[in-house]
Amino acid sequence: MPFIELDTVEKIFTVRRKTGLIRREKREVRAVDGISFGVDRGEMVGYIGPNGAGKSTTIKMLTGILTPTGGRLRVAGIDPARERTRLAQRIGVVFGQRTTLWWDLPLKDSYRLMHRMYRIPDARYRENLDRCVDLLDLEELLDVPVRQLSLGQRMRGDIAAALLHDPDVLYLDEPTIGLDVVSKARVREFLRDLNTTHGTTVLLTTHDLTDIEQLCSRVMVIDHGRLMYDGELAGLHAVGESERLLVVDLERELPPITDVPGARFVRSEGPRQWLAFPATASAAPLVAAVAARHPLLDLSVREPDIEAVIAKMYGGTREERRESLM
Amino acid sequence: MLRLYATVAAGGFRRHATYRVATVAGVFTNSVFGFILSYTYIALWDERPMLGGYSMDDALAYVWIGQALITVCGLMGGGFEDELIERIRTGDIAVDLYRPADLQAWWFSANAGRSAYQLLGRGVAPMAIGALVFRFTLPSGPGAWLAFLVAVALGSVVGFAIWYAVAMSAFWLLDGQGVVQVAWLGGLFFSGMLLPLNVFPGTLGEVARLLPWASLLQVPADVYLGRYQGRALAGAYAFQACWALVLLGAGRMAQAAATRKVVVQGG
Repeated sequence: MPFIELDTVEKIFTVRRKTGLIRREKREVRAVDGISFGVDRGEMVGYIGPNGAGKSTTIKMLTGILTPTGGRLRVAGIDPARERTRLAQRIGVVFGQRTTLWWDLPLKDSYRLMHRMYRIPDARYRENLDRCVDLLDLEELLDVPVRQLSLGQRMRGDIAAALLHDPDVLYLDEPTIGLDVVSKARVREFLRDLNTTHGTTVLLTTHDLTDIEQLCSRVMVIDHGRLMYDGELAGLHAVGESERLLVVDLERELPPITDVPGARFVRSEGPRQWLAFPATASAAPLVAAVAARHPLLDLSVREPDIEAVIAKMYGGTREERRESLM
Repeated sequence: MLRLYATVAAGGFRRHATYRVATVAGVFTNSVFGFILSYTYIALWDERPMLGGYSMDDALAYVWIGQALITVCGLMGGGFEDELIERIRTGDIAVDLYRPADLQAWWFSANAGRSAYQLLGRGVAPMAIGALVFRFTLPSGPGAWLAFLVAVALGSVVGFAIWYAVAMSAFWLLDGQGVVQVAWLGGLFFSGMLLPLNVFPGTLGEVARLLPWASLLQVPADVYLGRYQGRALAGAYAFQACWALVLLGAGRMAQAAATRKVVVQGG
């Protein structure tokens, strides 16, 4: 049985809108519209979708702070909305845009609070805190009031706070939002280590696809409250009919190359031309064919941009995708 | 669980203790208002001695007790509701809700810590300043001081309960400012901050003395002045405790309804 299990889960909000002086119109918003999936213990899954797709609503239902309107939902065999407090002992949550830390007080005070809140045995608390402090490089920050921390430091502090009670599963809602490259890399490295050495199940929502590429073997794409894709990251390319680009530099400016089978002319700029071909096809025969028929000086292959693939899944047109490929 | 809430209360105390300058500014403001009200009361009691059954010394003690308890019992704002309303408005409340702790008990503990700090930081100093300049009634002995402190503690619980219920309205209204202002005005008038409730005439006075706000200043002040003894003292405590229970219950019901039905804001 999967560790996290959703069976046709729905969340419908009723929104009242003023249409006249006293007249109001009731409107139903289906934030999550019949989603089913299962996540096994030790998996690291990316959960992506545009703003308003229903990602955070799903996470909130998985923590028990929102009750599903319909469907069945279980985390570690627990119904989150009904047994929120019992579930809290098993899960850790990091909301990237919010903090669980005590704003005015030194970082270590918040950890002391976690110690009491989750009733962590003293020895276990020491051990976990030492490990997090070491891996997330928090030693120097423990005595600093949280309000004085930078965003990246605060995020590391928040991640540590979510892990002191050894949760089986960690939900991360936009854990790298607003972080610089170095901080992002550090957070990712920590999460990868957590997943491999502790077997912690991780469910991560993000807008940064690099997070997914570097961390998750499985990705779920959600839009308008529905699951659009669930599978390996690589499989997204097939589903999204994504294309790779072959950039060729010729000896001189020549007419567009249209005589190579399997390649589609995209554009040219002086002696340089861009050719698109299916991401699933091999580049070698294509290169050979171009070289055989045209005076080739140099070439390079550009991998498909996952963002473009997903943009297409969200309903972008072929034209938009082509632009984002360049 | 008790250790958790003790930690939360200690945090509430230290959070406010970090802002020393704010405390000094608060003491200054309280003292200035204490002087203004003292001279007003002196003028009034010169004209009408024994107004509301208070001597001039009693009336001046009343003024400075009022200044000492403004922040402790939340006479004109509980000192936490703005933060709570803001968390509800922005959706940060989500963080508070997924914790394995009760929302009301959490804020109650944090407020108890805040209140204790305010008693030391902003209660003692203005009262001492007032005592240096004016002559006013002091409790008869340690027992009377203790009786007063119990009434203050109960008053601060009622104050918390009022402002917590006010803050809960933000789950439905999102902008809690209107309700906060009504509650602020109610507190200013019905706590007896401007004039003791005993001075209010007829039915208005009788009603005002039965409202929850009477627990915040009027009752502690009368306990301080020794107007309740023995069974009457127990009755005064019971009055405060009843309002505390009723209002805490109301806050709990609002909280339960809010977390069941209402949208947690923001992505």
